[in-house]
Amino acid sequence: MRHVALMVASLALGQILLPLAAFSKAPALSQAAGTYEVSGTSQIRFSVDQIGGGGINGRFTKFSGRFRIDGRRIDASTISFTLYPQSVSTQERRMEDFLRSSAVFDADAYPTVTFRSTAVRQTGDDTAVVDGMLTARGITHREQFSVRLQGFNRNDIAFNVTGNVYRSRYRMDVGTPIYLNVVKFDMDIRGVRQ
Amino acid sequence: MRKQRDDGYGIVAICLHWLIAALVLGLVALGFAMRRAGIDPALQFSLYQWHKSFGLLALSLAGLRLLLWLAAGRVAPDPDLGIIERRASTATHLLLGLLCLLVPLAGWAVASTTTLNIPTFLFNIVVIPPLPMARSVDAEGFWSWVHATTAYTLLGLAALHSAAALFHHLVRREGVLMRMLRRRAVEPAPPPANEGRER
Repeated sequence: MRHVALMVASLALGQILLPLAAFSKAPALSQAAGTYEVSGTSQIRFSVDQIGGGGINGRFTKFSGRFRIDGRRIDASTISFTLYPQSVSTQERRMEDFLRSSAVFDADAYPTVTFRSTAVRQTGDDTAVVDGMLTARGITHREQFSVRLQGFNRNDIAFNVTGNVYRSRYRMDVGTPIYLNVVKFDMDIRGVRQ
Repeated sequence: MRKQRDDGYGIVAICLHWLIAALVLGLVALGFAMRRAGIDPALQFSLYQWHKSFGLLALSLAGLRLLLWLAAGRVAPDPDLGIIERRASTATHLLLGLLCLLVPLAGWAVASTTTLNIPTFLFNIVVIPPLPMARSVDAEGFWSWVHATTAYTLLGLAALHSAAALFHHLVRREGVLMRMLRRRAVEPAPPPANEGRER
């Protein structure tokens, strides 16, 4: 009698909890296998803190990229991304001109900044760490970005990608120590399945 | 008019005078250099930051000079000067002193109102907060104009001041330039034996 009551109780509880669990379960990277093109609706934001608080907040409006998610082996996935520093946008036109100039991106001489992944490591159901080679101003360094899957459906996928890059590595350390050496990237990447 | 002393300039006043003079000339040169068309943008950024740091140093020294003047009084004009020369030199000195405060203050106002919002990091040691002013393109334009206009006026007056000092020293052979080059005697002495006076 007692056993039956317990069984009924646990069944009832299960019926309530199971759909909730399925709903709240984080999307799994492995289910998103496929090849994607980075959509123009993505947001490539960056910030550089300045001494005494505040800093430069900007974004790049022109970029392109592709990535392939390997469903069986996430670590075999690949990412390539290009951004065009000429498209840098901030609240101040003079700041944009300065960023495009030979002092920072030297966008005339080096019109692209590229990233090619070398290793992808899944760190959770919906998180991964991507290592790769970043090339800016003709200088290539290994950098690392953290990726969090935000959602996907049959055609689209969304990630938030964050990472810190030391600009001194790319001979872009003008303005230090007034502006910090670290450039913080915060990107909402939307991919369209190919 | 404040009390006047006729025992010449002290070592502090003399040092402040030449330090401020060197800073003003250096800042004007820096100001021209950093505004040059086609300047390397990274160099331009650095020159602006040096200009702000040295400008604030000039402001501090000019403030010290004002305090010294308030505490110790003005040194009486050289007795060899005529009444018009005295008035002209007094007016020039007051204006020079005033502009040495106004020009850097207007520069600080530029840094405080510009929408570029670049912090002022005095000699990369300490952050100097902006003056409590609203940032806008118009305010930046206005204060840039004030800064440039007062700076050119200061430069013109400094040229007049130097020309007058050289004229009195070389042509009239009076002691006005020497007063700013050597320390006063510790004990007030009778008018110093100055060959220049025996015209």
